[in-house]
Amino acid sequence: MTLEATSNLPVTTGRAAEPLIHPRWVRITHWINALAILMMIGSGWQVYDASPLFRFIYFPSQFALGEWLAGALLWHFAAMWLFVVNFIVYVTLGILTGRFRRKLFPISPRDVFNDFAAALRGKLAHDDLTVYNAVQRLLYLGVILAGVVIALSGASIWKPVQFKYLTALFGGYDTARYVHFFAMSTIVAFLTIHVALALLVPKSLRAMIFGR
Amino acid sequence: MASPRKTASGVDPKLLIKDAAKLLPQSSRRLFLRGAVSLGALSMLTGCDIVDGPTSENVLRVISRFNDRVQALLFSETTLAPEYPESAITRPFPFNAYYSVDEAPDIDDDAYKLEIGGLVDNKKSWTLPELNALPEVSQITRHVCVEGWSAIGSWQGVKLSDFLKTIGADTTAKYIWFQCAEGYSTTIDMPTALHPQTQLTLKFDHKTLPQAYGFPIKIRIPTKLGFKNPKYVTAMYVQNNDAGGYWENQGYNWFSGL
Repeated sequence: MTLEATSNLPVTTGRAAEPLIHPRWVRITHWINALAILMMIGSGWQVYDASPLFRFIYFPSQFALGEWLAGALLWHFAAMWLFVVNFIVYVTLGILTGRFRRKLFPISPRDVFNDFAAALRGKLAHDDLTVYNAVQRLLYLGVILAGVVIALSGASIWKPVQFKYLTALFGGYDTARYVHFFAMSTIVAFLTIHVALALLVPKSLRAMIFGR
Repeated sequence: MASPRKTASGVDPKLLIKDAAKLLPQSSRRLFLRGAVSLGALSMLTGCDIVDGPTSENVLRVISRFNDRVQALLFSETTLAPEYPESAITRPFPFNAYYSVDEAPDIDDDAYKLEIGGLVDNKKSWTLPELNALPEVSQITRHVCVEGWSAIGSWQGVKLSDFLKTIGADTTAKYIWFQCAEGYSTTIDMPTALHPQTQLTLKFDHKTLPQAYGFPIKIRIPTKLGFKNPKYVTAMYVQNNDAGGYWENQGYNWFSGL
């Protein structure tokens, strides 16, 4: 260490020769979010089953959390604090550190189209994990937006009297339940792609654990 | 049991049984929580020092009590539940209970008396004609079930805060406990009891409350989930201890505010 300092080399350790892809706060909030979102989805499915919105959609209890409605509601309204507090920390740091601006912007429809076409042809380069392609940018921005929508629509279902203007914004209590459901569906669709790609490109998973 | 029963008009019996079944757990009524992952993070969040290796169920109950306090803070005595036009009333308005409508209490209106107890000056019981003689208020509001569905109904009766004044209730007490004919019960907080829309309900859609909807008395609270709106009410106690309730004791959130 002293040697490095005196020899005027960049202050790095040997292992840090690779660039840091995800700072610690990203990794911590990512994994807390992963836990929170799984608890929210699992318990939410059990709650949904008590009064399904669609005749053809029912979530088997094995995939749900809480065993019955009361248990699922306890899980849902406990995990919501973890999800919301962690989400606020993540978005605040993402904005304040400039990470969102650097990583997610600029984004243009043309880039998304080109990168998506390249991905379908199997020609989308994935060498530099520090740079997100346009499709990734769109998906990450989209899932952050879905996070906002699911939290606000959830609040409007939870408190349709105290937050009645928010509930009205979502088209009333009954409509807000559909909005909440579709926001969940969006997040589940994202998760399916996200997890599949993380497993296909294991170094991306390693980076979210160790940072590099 | 075999005697012909009055079927409440406008109630679809098929709907009733289906709805009643859903509030019940699948296997038993215990609150065992499958999929108990490590809840270290959650127990830290509550800031509570749980020494004796908490089960996830205990942690969840602690958070549920924390949520009671949050909801009490969010509750506003002046925020009114939205009211709707007559055309918005859900017809038929669903019956919902943990039993079928055939098993709903059949109360003899001549013998009926609402028992009053606890921290009140006048503990005299009230007959239905006496209650019906009190000034009537009306509301068309949304009933939201803990299961998720909702329905808009029209209720008439006595403003509960006026009734509490009439009987000389100590409104600095913390709770009101309602006891019902079939053994159901629930406890509500005093601020909710004093809310301008909280109603001692005697009528549905300007007609005597049908058996399915809680004859002779329902407590209509549009700021709380349906299960905190007791039907077939026979006694009302003003008190400082939380007597819990049928569903609350099985794990449903106590405050259950909207």
